[in-house]
Amino acid sequence: MAHVIRARGLGKRFGDRRVLAGVDLDVPAGGFLLVTGPNGSGKTTLLRLLAHLAAPSSGELELPERHRLGYLGHDPLVYRELTPLENLTLFARLYRVSERGERVGMLLERFGLWNVRHQRVGSFSRGMQQRLGLCRVLLHDPELLVLDEPTNALDADGLALLDDVLADAQRTRVVATHDPGRVEGLATVRLALA
Amino acid sequence: MRDVRGLDRTTAVSTAAVLLLGAALGLIFFYVPTDADQGFSQRIFYFHVPIALTSYVCFGWGAWKALRVLRTGDERADLESYVSIHLGVVFGALTLLTGSIWARASWGVWWTWSEDQLVLFLVLFLFYCAYFMLRFSVAPGRSRSNMSAVYALFGVVLIPVSFLAIRLSKEFIHPVVFTSHGPQMAASQFATFCVAWAALLLLYATLYRVELAGKRVDASLRELRELLT
Amino acid sequence: MTYAADVVALARKDLLLELRAKETLPAMLLFVVSSLAIFHFALPAGTSHDAALGLLWVALVFTALLGLTRAFVPEREQGLFDALVLAPCDRSAIWLGKAIAVLAFLVAAEIVALPAFAAFFSGIDGRTVVAVALADVGICTVGTLLGAMAVAGQARELLLPLLFLPLAIPIVVGGVGASAGAGSRYLLFLLLYDAVFSLLAWASFEYVVAEQ
Repeated sequence: MAHVIRARGLGKRFGDRRVLAGVDLDVPAGGFLLVTGPNGSGKTTLLRLLAHLAAPSSGELELPERHRLGYLGHDPLVYRELTPLENLTLFARLYRVSERGERVGMLLERFGLWNVRHQRVGSFSRGMQQRLGLCRVLLHDPELLVLDEPTNALDADGLALLDDVLADAQRTRVVATHDPGRVEGLATVRLALA
Repeated sequence: MRDVRGLDRTTAVSTAAVLLLGAALGLIFFYVPTDADQGFSQRIFYFHVPIALTSYVCFGWGAWKALRVLRTGDERADLESYVSIHLGVVFGALTLLTGSIWARASWGVWWTWSEDQLVLFLVLFLFYCAYFMLRFSVAPGRSRSNMSAVYALFGVVLIPVSFLAIRLSKEFIHPVVFTSHGPQMAASQFATFCVAWAALLLLYATLYRVELAGKRVDASLRELRELLT
Repeated sequence: MTYAADVVALARKDLLLELRAKETLPAMLLFVVSSLAIFHFALPAGTSHDAALGLLWVALVFTALLGLTRAFVPEREQGLFDALVLAPCDRSAIWLGKAIAVLAFLVAAEIVALPAFAAFFSGIDGRTVVAVALADVGICTVGTLLGAMAVAGQARELLLPLLFLPLAIPIVVGGVGASAGAGSRYLLFLLLYDAVFSLLAWASFEYVVAEQ
């Protein structure tokens, strides 16, 4: 089975500070990597490495191409002054999504944001912004999803929608969380950082 | 064993630098005839211009290493670029100092704005000082190396653009020594100038190697400390 | 061509952002007019037109700095570089879109500043307008690149002027020379500056937003 993520002896330093060391990973296509650990253990750093947003200081790392993956960090990564429609249309263009209008509309409906598609994102609750972030991440149908603490800001509806996304075994998923209870059952590969 | 060879080379370069500097000083103060127009103080020219040219070499080498940083992501090249530019700023400060002394001795003023060559060297000096501000304000890592490299390349492109700006201005009170027909100097003066420049280039090479070695030892020490904790 | 479409989409995004936020452009307009007013009081009576022109260029450079400092703030504050950098589009499109938007703000400020200058001091001729236009291109292309660098560091408001002003000096030399009527070679110089530094900025932008 083709490995989507492969890491050997992965390490990351920031100047003098060593944040990660000797991480080995094998995540097959369709797998679910659950990364746990207390705050400050390097979860975010690892996820950024797995999302092509940082370069390893040591070790080897094989990943899909950068535009085949979707990353959601602590921020939903959307422009607060724009509307959901404007945000998604822009990203759909940049990510070369075909049939932009339809896909954007479909995602907005699925995540319950269709009715507010013309409102400034800045006026949304944190939970709604996070839902828009999920839309953005799924926009280009990525092969690999990298989600850093996705449960953080979501309300009950949002969590249900997230569960749907996480249950989809057609994508390889990487999730970092300090509260693994919710997603424990789905994980196929586990990594606990100290 | 590689370090021993490196040490030998540094010793050789520094010895050559000391010898040539001694020779240059000798030539400057005892051999070269006193200038008819400007008197004894004209001798500072043999310091001022070679120092200025050497700082251009420093910035050029820094930019060359910067290109390497961008192309290969080699962290060692980032250190080499930084050290060279650092020395370039030191030589640049000396250029401004000697230029100021020369201006005072020749024209009676400590600084002159109508002297575009001096002013534009000030521009470069300011530019490269900002290089250090950039490095201080960004955390060490790939990002900082890349940005420093890009900025160093901007600097080296700024040098000819600045020269062009000089040519556009009208006033010239800086004696034009090198024309397109070759240096307007007597043979003895030209020889002294060349020796002085060679000496300063060797001085730069020595300081470069020494500072680089020192910084590399620092970095290795830090790595060891990291591994042991 | 998709590159052009990307640039247009990004520039449009930046113009929309400013239209909604209404922070940068009003500040630039107010700043430039206030500066010109201060210059009137700062200049002694009987000052030559050339000296006043010099101050116009100072005002324009610092007004541009105001706009440039704000340029990448949305991306930095909301972490959006992560989303933009992962896209398959050429990263230089981010730079070009942003530079075009900043240029639009600068031109808007100048549409107010130049007539104000003509009213407060003395007339502006066609040569000055051309010089300002050429200078704007250089200011925006170089300044946008430096703005992305400054925003990655800690003291961005402090760092950007330090990085930018030395590079702005040749622009001012060319601009003042041209508007003072010292010869069309100053305009050619501005054109050369624009060509050389825009190319360099375009080629090096992807390294500025590369991985950490």
